[in-house]
Amino acid sequence: MLERQKMPEQDPKIRRANFSEVALGFTAEQAAEEAKRCLQCKKPKCMEGCPVEVKIPSFLKYVADGDFESAIKEIKADNALPAVCGRVCPQETQCEQACILGKKGASVSIGRLERFVADYERNKDVEVPSMPEPTEKKVAVVGSGPAGLTAAADLAKMGHSVTIFEALHEAGGVLTYGIPEFRLPKEIVKAEVEYVKKLGVTILLDSVIGKIDTVDGLLGDFDAVFLGTGAGLPMFLNIDGENLNGVYSANEFLTRVNLMKSYKFPEYDTPVKKGKRVVVVGGGNVAMDSARCALRLGADEVTIVYRRGEEEMPARAEEIEHAKEEGIKFRLLTNPVRIIGDAKNWVTHIECINMYLCEPDESGRCKPMPLSGSEHKIEADVVIIAMKSK
Amino acid sequence: MPFKILKKEELVPTIHLMDISAPRIAKKAQPGQFVILRINETGERIPLTIADFDRRKGTITMIFQAVGKTTTQLSSLKAGDELLDFIGPLGNPAHIENFGTVILVGGGVGVAPVFPQARAFKESGNKVISIIGSRSANLLLWEDRMREVSDELYITTDDGTKGHHGFVTDIVKKLLENGTKVDRVVAIGPPVMMRAVAGVTRPFNVKTIVSLNSIMVDGTGMCGACRVLVGNETKFACVDGPEFDAHLVDFTLLMNRLAMYQPEEKLAFEKYKCEREGCTC
Repeated sequence: MLERQKMPEQDPKIRRANFSEVALGFTAEQAAEEAKRCLQCKKPKCMEGCPVEVKIPSFLKYVADGDFESAIKEIKADNALPAVCGRVCPQETQCEQACILGKKGASVSIGRLERFVADYERNKDVEVPSMPEPTEKKVAVVGSGPAGLTAAADLAKMGHSVTIFEALHEAGGVLTYGIPEFRLPKEIVKAEVEYVKKLGVTILLDSVIGKIDTVDGLLGDFDAVFLGTGAGLPMFLNIDGENLNGVYSANEFLTRVNLMKSYKFPEYDTPVKKGKRVVVVGGGNVAMDSARCALRLGADEVTIVYRRGEEEMPARAEEIEHAKEEGIKFRLLTNPVRIIGDAKNWVTHIECINMYLCEPDESGRCKPMPLSGSEHKIEADVVIIAMKSK
Repeated sequence: MPFKILKKEELVPTIHLMDISAPRIAKKAQPGQFVILRINETGERIPLTIADFDRRKGTITMIFQAVGKTTTQLSSLKAGDELLDFIGPLGNPAHIENFGTVILVGGGVGVAPVFPQARAFKESGNKVISIIGSRSANLLLWEDRMREVSDELYITTDDGTKGHHGFVTDIVKKLLENGTKVDRVVAIGPPVMMRAVAGVTRPFNVKTIVSLNSIMVDGTGMCGACRVLVGNETKFACVDGPEFDAHLVDFTLLMNRLAMYQPEEKLAFEKYKCEREGCTC
């Protein structure tokens, strides 16, 4: 009762050299067993933890009864992208954190069950819900990432006519250019996008709003505009050496690898530098994704440099665990000071300083402080800066 | 939503013109802006400066030199063929106003993006002095078009087969030394040429604008591949440029970064030639 069903995964020794999905998903028996762990709380805390308030106990009940079709319908009433959310939502800080079972043992694997029923439906036939009468209202959605797709699907289900404008040549936003194949297979993103299209949504690719049109311009043709433009410009650290060859923003590195498929170079034309010794700066999911991509491209050693401790890392616990299993090295309480290069502008080292965490401040966060005299160099031929975007 | 090639012409050896049907882009395009294109599913995204546009016909004209895999593959396409992706107009438009006298310098394939600017400067009432150069007479681009929109036109070739025997910078220098009142210089061409023009105009304190062709991926400010150092500040050529004050640009960094993928570019090009011509390796 207190223990979760274990989801089958690719062996770390094998998966560190391929881009296939790491987690293999529950079997039908496992899914039913896992769902039976749900206490069917009268006041389900899990739903409060879910940003779109999926009726979690209700869908879990269907799974427990083996009625997967009803389960997926129940989820899709509130969430258009269950195969995506089941894989990449931070469940441990949302629905699963609120699960009562988590107080004594392990919470129900809500995300994995969401994934299971979404995959179950996709492998059969995706059903389109009955649609209401058209409202004759037109909505423009800027960006086809998770926000844009979700808004478009909800608007379409209300009977509005929806057009999505996407700047890149493929739909999906961060699901396509950012999150790697081994964590979120692009076939699954494509299937979720197809579902949104089946709801009647039009997606215009290669369409940069701000260039081919403006919000004011769109408001001439549409009744409303939804902006789901995403991350914006990547942030660098503002330290010396960030423009050296071999230094990437995580956005660029991941876009090359995922959207442009440079892991298949030269079959695909876009190259990426395959480092031997790669250093990734940051502690979020994007840092984990970058590190694990670099490893799969063939690096001998990949090190994550993060200025706080593991407790403070914003990445999903599962991603940190997976990265460790695959052999990614972690240098915690370490912060870059400068990046060093050779005469031809190629990166050779990153200089870091050790940090310590002082007492938590009013915000509750421990501020990392540099330990003077602890400067040291780490050899690197590729450095990836995985900071926030602005 | 593929984009049809309406016209394809080899203007001079290795330099090609292509008209693409892209009404939404043509409607908004301005001199100085660029497009990003992808030929097919396995293709890379490459930026090309807009050489001309026709709002009525809904076309964008690009001029490019076949130097690597993607540009050579692009040059093998014909009218009627299609490009998978064509995105723009990206970057900021050139700053066009009546400055007085403007010198426009175009080197090699750089003559193409200079042309719509020369025309716009002329239409805004400037005196337009154009200097166009190439390695040799047979590689000189768009002399007639440039003559139409210029008050004065100078031609230079590296080998002396046409016009002045030497570099475009020789003429810029001569004009400035002769006391020609110049209010602005716009130079587009290979980075070495742009750096040389910046070097010539700096002592005369003439504002000089260059268009930077750094490596790009998305072209909308999301990735930072195209970062350049301008006045000791990191800028993104795609959204902050592509035009910058030449006197503030770190050209050495630009050239170093342009060389980043040379081994990969060579490999991709050789593989492409192998596949096209039958492998001998």
